[in-house]
Amino acid sequence: MKLHEHQAKTIFADAGIPVPESRLATSVEEVLDAVDEIGYPAAIKAQVHVGGRGKAGGIKIATDRDEAEQYAEEILGMDLKGYTVETVLVEAGVDFVDELYVGVTMDRGEGKPVLMVSTEGGVDIETVAEETPDAIAREHVDPAFGLHPYQARKVVYEAGVDADVALDVASILSTLYDLYEDSDASEIEVNPVMITSDRDVTAADAVMNIDEDALFRQPDLADLAEESYEDDLERKAGEYGFDYVRLSGNVGIIGNGAGLVMTTLDLVDYYGGKPANFLDIGGGAKAERVTQALDMVFSDPNVDSVVFNIFGGITRGDEVAKGINEALEGFDEIPKKVVVRLAGTNAEEGMEILNTDLVEVEATLEAAVQRAVKNAEEVTQ
Amino acid sequence: MSIFVDDDTRVVVQGITGGEGKFHAGQMIEYGTNVVAGAVPGKGGQAVDGVPVYDTVDEAVEAEDADASVIFVPPAFAADAVFEALDTDLDLAVAITEGIPTQDMAKVNKRLGETDTRLLGPNCPGIITPGEAKLGILPGNIFSEGNVGLVSRSGTLTYQVVDNLTERGIGQTTAIGIGGDPIIGTSFVDALEAFEADDETDAVVMCGEIGGEDEEQAATFIGEHMDTPVTGFIAGRTAPPGKRMGHAGAIVSGSGTGTAQSKIDALNDAGVPVGDTPEDVADHVESFL
Repeated sequence: MKLHEHQAKTIFADAGIPVPESRLATSVEEVLDAVDEIGYPAAIKAQVHVGGRGKAGGIKIATDRDEAEQYAEEILGMDLKGYTVETVLVEAGVDFVDELYVGVTMDRGEGKPVLMVSTEGGVDIETVAEETPDAIAREHVDPAFGLHPYQARKVVYEAGVDADVALDVASILSTLYDLYEDSDASEIEVNPVMITSDRDVTAADAVMNIDEDALFRQPDLADLAEESYEDDLERKAGEYGFDYVRLSGNVGIIGNGAGLVMTTLDLVDYYGGKPANFLDIGGGAKAERVTQALDMVFSDPNVDSVVFNIFGGITRGDEVAKGINEALEGFDEIPKKVVVRLAGTNAEEGMEILNTDLVEVEATLEAAVQRAVKNAEEVTQ
Repeated sequence: MSIFVDDDTRVVVQGITGGEGKFHAGQMIEYGTNVVAGAVPGKGGQAVDGVPVYDTVDEAVEAEDADASVIFVPPAFAADAVFEALDTDLDLAVAITEGIPTQDMAKVNKRLGETDTRLLGPNCPGIITPGEAKLGILPGNIFSEGNVGLVSRSGTLTYQVVDNLTERGIGQTTAIGIGGDPIIGTSFVDALEAFEADDETDAVVMCGEIGGEDEEQAATFIGEHMDTPVTGFIAGRTAPPGKRMGHAGAIVSGSGTGTAQSKIDALNDAGVPVGDTPEDVADHVESFL
């Protein structure tokens, strides 16, 4: 779960990390009120979960009121890689002489958190990692002991951070690690940490992603997640408790189990179609979940046809069939053609129950996907 | 032969009195697994389907000589349950639970390096040696005895591939779900190493997915150490970067590491054919036998 920059910065500031003065704004008027208070230069930053906001035109620096108005008009409401910008952060510009990267993430391979520091700040760190991996200093933290303060200092010096600010940067990093642990973050980074001409340090950006599996013990962050949905369908999926990802195609996909649902998406693509979504109803789903899943996919206006693929282990084919019937019998006319494939536990019982006047049925995954792709093509022709 | 579990495996079920634990313990017993004990704090002295329940894993091991555990404990308490299994020095612990916080698993992983216990999972369907034992939630009826080893990060994808194999009359020595989380116990390499050492396994299927570098490491291992032929499948070719595709571990990073293509390329470079469809995978297996 990704927090917005402004949410993360509030958390950083509360923990004692210096951040520039800022205001949130959702209209041009609010932006102008904000710059009147903050002064110039002021950064106007789109609050959407999109990497490379700056390059895409989502961050502009205004040096006077006219510019602030112009940039506010440009950015508010703009489409940034598929997301509409509804909120901007208006932030005091920083007179910086240097930019650093500091972050904490989980090194999956090692199974340990890792501190990362680089003097190549302000650019995409993953590009730095690929092109000049030596430019990033790393230090693994023993997850059982937690961070020893010397480790934060060590990695900052190793990265070659200027000696006069090194301890301040180490202190930011140390606080970031505490936040990483305390808030069950999966990733936390400041890129850039700006060093000002007065040799102060400040966190000019903030990335904080929270482990979704830990939200049960992070109630405050779970509330922030609610505010953080940017897509009505993703919000709905969150309410239903589905694993759901929206894509740009027109073949709706429902299935059970992450690997099999991903495979169904891949097969849609393989047979010439375009997947509209990933939707995993999970293990052991009852009829009601199935009805909710169909409701989700039907409410996506991009979807032209649906494939419903179940391989029952703990999920039972008869429950799934019951759910499909209940969902579809409510319609005078089925909104989108649904192809169903049931296999595994109680698949035969399911096939007996399934109302085949309402759905198309295929025996194999491959055949079901091909038919759904064909159905989608027929709609778009 | 088989790997990791057989009809001598003596199983304690942690969480046997919960809904899932009770149901699947019953299914395991029905399949023929030696479920010798349950372990649930505060429920010692009870019995579930004739299986005696103990308050601690330690007591279960002491009284019933259990050597493997299956863990059906809710996410908030699951890491503690895994620690309990590891600290009791069982041969094998199978963690079925999905949704354990990653930082908890990092702590477990640290402990894992200090014990001889093998951990499978978490967030996995378990392990089955057809005709002998199953530890977990895999539907026993779709598997059959045979000479193909199967290792996978996903449950239902495993069932799909097994189904495609069954249609061709091909059975399994052992099928293993290693789990869909970012930090897991047994890796692809561990399972492949065991299959390579198993005389009865004549071919191996590995089903990977996006995220991490386990498949790439497996490819290197296959290229350098395996004579047994391997075929692969990688799910998530169409997954957009930065989105978690159901499994906590199934995520392509923003810069494009952990992609399906990188894994497919690594496997192909190691001489491992990767199927475009589950059907293709079965074709490859058939060609090996």
